[in-house]
Amino acid sequence: MKARLLAACSAAAISVAGMASAQSSELTLCWAAWDPANALVELSKDFETQSGIKMNFEFVPWPNFADRMLNELNSGGQLCDLLIGDSQWMGGAAENGWYVKLNDFFDKEGISMDDFAPATVYAYSTWPKGTPNYYALPAMGDANGWFYRKDWFARPEIQEEFKAKYGRDLAEPTSQKELLEIAQFFQGREIDGKTVYGASIFTERGSEGITMGATGALYAWGFKYENSPGSYDMQGAVNSPEAVEALEFYKELYKTGTPPGYDNAYMEQSLDAFKSGQVAMAMNWFAFFPGLYADPNTGGDKIDFFVNPPQNVAASTLGGQGISVVANTDNMDGALAYIKWFANPDVQKKWWSMGGYSCHKAVLDDPNFVNTAPFAGDFLQAMGGVQDFWQEPAYAQLLLAMQERLHNYIVADQGTAQEALDGLIADWTEVFEDEGKL
Amino acid sequence: MPNPIDAAARATPDPLARRIRGLSDRTIAWLFVAPTIFLLLAINIFPLIWTVRLSFTNYRANRPNEEVEFVGLRNYIRILTDDGIWANMQTTAHFLFWTLFFQVLIGFTLAWLINRKFKGNDLLTTLIVLPMMLSPAVVGNFWTFLYQPQIGLVNYMVELLTGTPASSFSMLGPGGYAPWSIIIVDTWMWTPFVMLICLAGLRSIPDYIYEAAEIDRASKWRQFWTLTVPMVLPFLMLAVLFRGIENFKMFDMVVLLTGGGPGNETLLASIDLKREAFEKWRTGYSSAYAIILFVTVFGLASIYVKALNKVKER
Repeated sequence: MKARLLAACSAAAISVAGMASAQSSELTLCWAAWDPANALVELSKDFETQSGIKMNFEFVPWPNFADRMLNELNSGGQLCDLLIGDSQWMGGAAENGWYVKLNDFFDKEGISMDDFAPATVYAYSTWPKGTPNYYALPAMGDANGWFYRKDWFARPEIQEEFKAKYGRDLAEPTSQKELLEIAQFFQGREIDGKTVYGASIFTERGSEGITMGATGALYAWGFKYENSPGSYDMQGAVNSPEAVEALEFYKELYKTGTPPGYDNAYMEQSLDAFKSGQVAMAMNWFAFFPGLYADPNTGGDKIDFFVNPPQNVAASTLGGQGISVVANTDNMDGALAYIKWFANPDVQKKWWSMGGYSCHKAVLDDPNFVNTAPFAGDFLQAMGGVQDFWQEPAYAQLLLAMQERLHNYIVADQGTAQEALDGLIADWTEVFEDEGKL
Repeated sequence: MPNPIDAAARATPDPLARRIRGLSDRTIAWLFVAPTIFLLLAINIFPLIWTVRLSFTNYRANRPNEEVEFVGLRNYIRILTDDGIWANMQTTAHFLFWTLFFQVLIGFTLAWLINRKFKGNDLLTTLIVLPMMLSPAVVGNFWTFLYQPQIGLVNYMVELLTGTPASSFSMLGPGGYAPWSIIIVDTWMWTPFVMLICLAGLRSIPDYIYEAAEIDRASKWRQFWTLTVPMVLPFLMLAVLFRGIENFKMFDMVVLLTGGGPGNETLLASIDLKREAFEKWRTGYSSAYAIILFVTVFGLASIYVKALNKVKER
């Protein structure tokens, strides 16, 4: 009996030791479930071969991504060793100790942030903003851009009718107002026996959709969050006459240039509307552009891309993420080895070639970069003028307040743009007062 | 033949028997219920007390290292003076009232019709109860398609019947239809539940009561109002209680249909509470919000149960 007990205990001990060893030779990378994530799975096979570490992936659909991952971090979970998290999480993740500060590691391994595009380092890596305190390596550059049906734009009868109506050629819009005119021109038009519409834009209520869409217009009109950075002085900036005009513009675009029923639409709905041939133009993140270009029905010769048009200034809404090491990881060495491998210029070049948007200068500064994809030049241009939402620890409160105010005004038709922005300042002031920043 | 109980007593080891013999029936009863009481305290009562405590603080669960301050009644005052929250309460009350109204009306009517004996009765009953067997997530998703202005069946039917172009309105979008759209879906899904309970009530009425009423020459109308309705009423009230409590905490189906929009038109209190607690992470504030909702439901349910008991006593 004693011998049997001893054997059982030994077997248990061996299996526990085996598990511990297996854990240290595995890494779990968490990200959103979308096209670039699939590319990263392929790319990471090289890391597995080189390091002997097995890579696991946890991809969560975008609408649940923030909820799922922030809950995971907040509860001290050990699901993720590496996390490609949204830029807005940076403040909370740094201040709550969820991400490992990478400065010493970068110094030791000779990884320089000067090798990455400055806008991406600022947005994806630093906290407090702009200081040399790095919590992530820029992993996936992204911005909100536009794409359109090049084949429809090129049709002589459509060209002719457009020119007669607006006195200029139908082409990629060079301003937000031109974009509105084109959307209105296509709205309800019959093309190939089918009713089509102007543009598919972001109007989603629940997570971040309408904010990401409307800020494309707000930034183009010169919207600022504060009168001077770090002051939290929002009066006159957030509700400036330009901001009011931009919001009125976005509402008009929604009311007069989008397909019916697109009142809670985000990335998926925008892609569906375009791929099903419902719309002439659509907004979405650059991350989807390789997939759109490859689409057999609406890609290739039928599609082209353009950067968010300026109005008063050239600006685009920032997307994209940095890759961070989760402080709770039980495989710190493996996670850091992955970061080191990923920062390598050759890996970054391969990353771009597979559909990931590298932020490394070795890729972006290559003279041939703009010829590598039909949207590469637009991507470079967009990343030169990106602006991001608040990255404060209380970003979720700030974001949900904006979602509510914008959706109430733009979609539910309640109040005026001025009231929406004045109300937004009141909401944000309350948040910053609670945070002790005002 | 020896008594088996005596045999068991003799087989019990001496020290244990002595100990058990020393316990009263009451103590033994407590020993049996103690685990359940412990679980209840741990899972229900303790979290409730903890929530009350948190509701007086500025605690945030996503910032465990921050100092927690006692803020007195500030959270409660903020909630009770917030116009947005009162608007959400009104939205919840609107949803609650109309779903209960339609479910009771249609559920009782269906039960009354199906209570008669006819061919295919069982098959029809099975078909009617199908919607309540579906998951709310499935219901939310496929009704989203039914309500889609361009391809949805609902808009198509409206166009067919009224001539209003299908693409000219959105049942889940602006225009004031969204609150009614979620009421329609909930009524479609849960009316069978009310119907089943009413059917149980109708079938519990003995036939001889109606036979006696026939002998007394009572009309069908009078039989319905003086016999059927009073005898089914306790069942109906029970159904209303169940559905009322369920719909007060309605979340999944409405989130999938509208996400609380357009604007805040379908933002029920439960959805708002979830956003405060697990998206904005205002744990202290949302604890106060939860306590206010709990007191409201508890108070209304207590009054209702008293009324239900009175009806049953009649």
